[in-house]
Amino acid sequence: MAVSITDHAPGTADAGAELPATTLREMFRCMVLARALDERMWLLNRAGKAPFVISCQGHEAAQVGAAFALTRGKDVTLPYYRGLATVLVMGMTPEEVMLALFARATDPNSGGRQMPAHYSSRRLKIITQSSPVGTQIPHAAGVGLAEKIKGGDAVVWTSFGEGTTSQGDFHEGINLAAVHRLPVIFQCENNEYAISVPQHQQMAVRSVADRGPAYGIPGISVDGTDVLAVYEVTRRAVERARRGDGPTLIEARVVRLTAHSSDDNDRTYRSPRELQSTRRSDPIARFAAYLHEHDLLSEAEERELRAQVAAEVDAATEAAERAPLPEPESLLNHVYAQS
Amino acid sequence: MPEINLLEAIRQAIDEMMAQDERIFVFGEDVGRRGGVFRVTEGLIDKYGPMRIIDSPLAESVIVGACVGAAMNDTRPIAEIQFADFIAPAFNQIVQEAARIHYRSNGDWTVPMVIRAPWGGGIHGALYHSQSIEATFAHVPGLKVVAPATPYDAKGLLKSAIEDPNPVLFLEHKKTYRLIKGQVPEHDYRVPIGPADIKRPGEDLSVFAYGLMLHYCLEAAQALAAEGVSVEVVDLRTLRPLDVATIIGSVRRTSKALIVHEDNLTGGFGGEVAALIAEHAFEQLDAPVLRIGGPDVPAMPFAKPLEDAFMPSPQKIAAAMRRLAAY
Repeated sequence: MAVSITDHAPGTADAGAELPATTLREMFRCMVLARALDERMWLLNRAGKAPFVISCQGHEAAQVGAAFALTRGKDVTLPYYRGLATVLVMGMTPEEVMLALFARATDPNSGGRQMPAHYSSRRLKIITQSSPVGTQIPHAAGVGLAEKIKGGDAVVWTSFGEGTTSQGDFHEGINLAAVHRLPVIFQCENNEYAISVPQHQQMAVRSVADRGPAYGIPGISVDGTDVLAVYEVTRRAVERARRGDGPTLIEARVVRLTAHSSDDNDRTYRSPRELQSTRRSDPIARFAAYLHEHDLLSEAEERELRAQVAAEVDAATEAAERAPLPEPESLLNHVYAQS
Repeated sequence: MPEINLLEAIRQAIDEMMAQDERIFVFGEDVGRRGGVFRVTEGLIDKYGPMRIIDSPLAESVIVGACVGAAMNDTRPIAEIQFADFIAPAFNQIVQEAARIHYRSNGDWTVPMVIRAPWGGGIHGALYHSQSIEATFAHVPGLKVVAPATPYDAKGLLKSAIEDPNPVLFLEHKKTYRLIKGQVPEHDYRVPIGPADIKRPGEDLSVFAYGLMLHYCLEAAQALAAEGVSVEVVDLRTLRPLDVATIIGSVRRTSKALIVHEDNLTGGFGGEVAALIAEHAFEQLDAPVLRIGGPDVPAMPFAKPLEDAFMPSPQKIAAAMRRLAAY
């Protein structure tokens, strides 16, 4: 089995040329939509309308690049709580995201039972998530195991932060997938912080990707603020998985542009200088510059796209706010499935 | 009807279900070529191959966690935890994942899986091969907990568990595996999850038990019969959902109740049964509700005198029955 650590993952130029302009613009739109929804959720939180928000800001390129390499309606995703851009690409609507934020009865993720950002949709093959981190990694291996038993060719993709790689479930899940060459892609979105704990207190390796060879699988570290680079490494991992050659561990190096959550204040543990420099790595600004530079999107077109996205977020927010809350009696529903 | 032991009954249930439904697979430590450390899956790898009888890595969280994922991808996993004592690393995957997924997804996802776990003591298993885990898991809504005592019930309940759309913890008492034999019909049948079973009808007092203790209670009841005391022995069989109606119905008839389990007394499952009796049959009671359980020590020691001192025995149970009968 080929085992390598690729510290020199392909850059933007390698993949950008292969994708049609419409796809590139759609990727950009998804990133902008995720950001706009995310920012709106923070405003709603600060206005007292949403008790809790957890962000994907800074992770958009890593998520959109990866999700565009998957096949919607076929491949299975298990995105962690920062996976807003992932689920948008996989088919969740802004209104559905807002229904979860407001804990409405018609929220498809959980009917208002879970905190926001605990994504789930059987229709979209997005597997329900919990809050204890890493539990989805054995699930991902198991979804892949079932796929192999059934002889199917769906690929399974799961995401998590670098803090989660300290959990036993990270080790156990990847190890199982490696032993049975299961069609699973493990994407670590490394933003260098687990709430407040920096990477160097989480692990002694430089890169999460270094751990791939320990499991006998490729570990690839990629610039997660480069949407096309992430697309390209994920596309290769998907091909490898569908061929039956087994899993890949991908570390997407990203930035966390917000505090951990609406209940955190990252100025207590990050310096003003660091926060400034993080802003300079904004993946959306980076991709916008690329699209402008290659005449794939004019500044006027970008303004129009952003206006459309803002209108979409407005409409989603208004519709979700109008939706009914769960009835108290529904508390007792769905404890057990009926045969 | 052929007479088989409880272990063979479980193997037959797995085998017959796997022959009918190719979505079913077994995942656990040593279940493949070795056939499991107790030989429950012996021979099944030859019949169903290594893609359906799968030796797992030695890691309980992923045994359960992978089965949770597989269950959500249209298969029917049977996870084997080699000894119930080793289930702790999988606690999170069972309690926070398997048991909550249907609820937390508002009914969107289901987790149809069985977790088989050999439990219980009296086999020189010491602290980490003798434990009772039922109280901990019976506390968890979303999970079903089954603890059969006879080959007939084990086979019929395991088939029901495999077909159930929910996660089922299936507890197999190790000492009953080869010790307990019984007649099992050759035709396909089910024992439903939920109902308790009155294994011995009686009039003077009611005893509630499950697993090995059911047999010790039957033995004690036999001794009491010779003394002119008629004991009703109720096999709970399923701890969650619990058959409250049968428990209360029995106590209303006999007016006296004893609950027996190996698990240590404090916070044990007997407390729940006693509370239900106090709540629903208080006016029919003629005596305090008694419980017999293991002592409140961390787990069962290895040395024979210590193990014997821990385990409830037919003699200890008979003594409690006499106290109750005389009250």
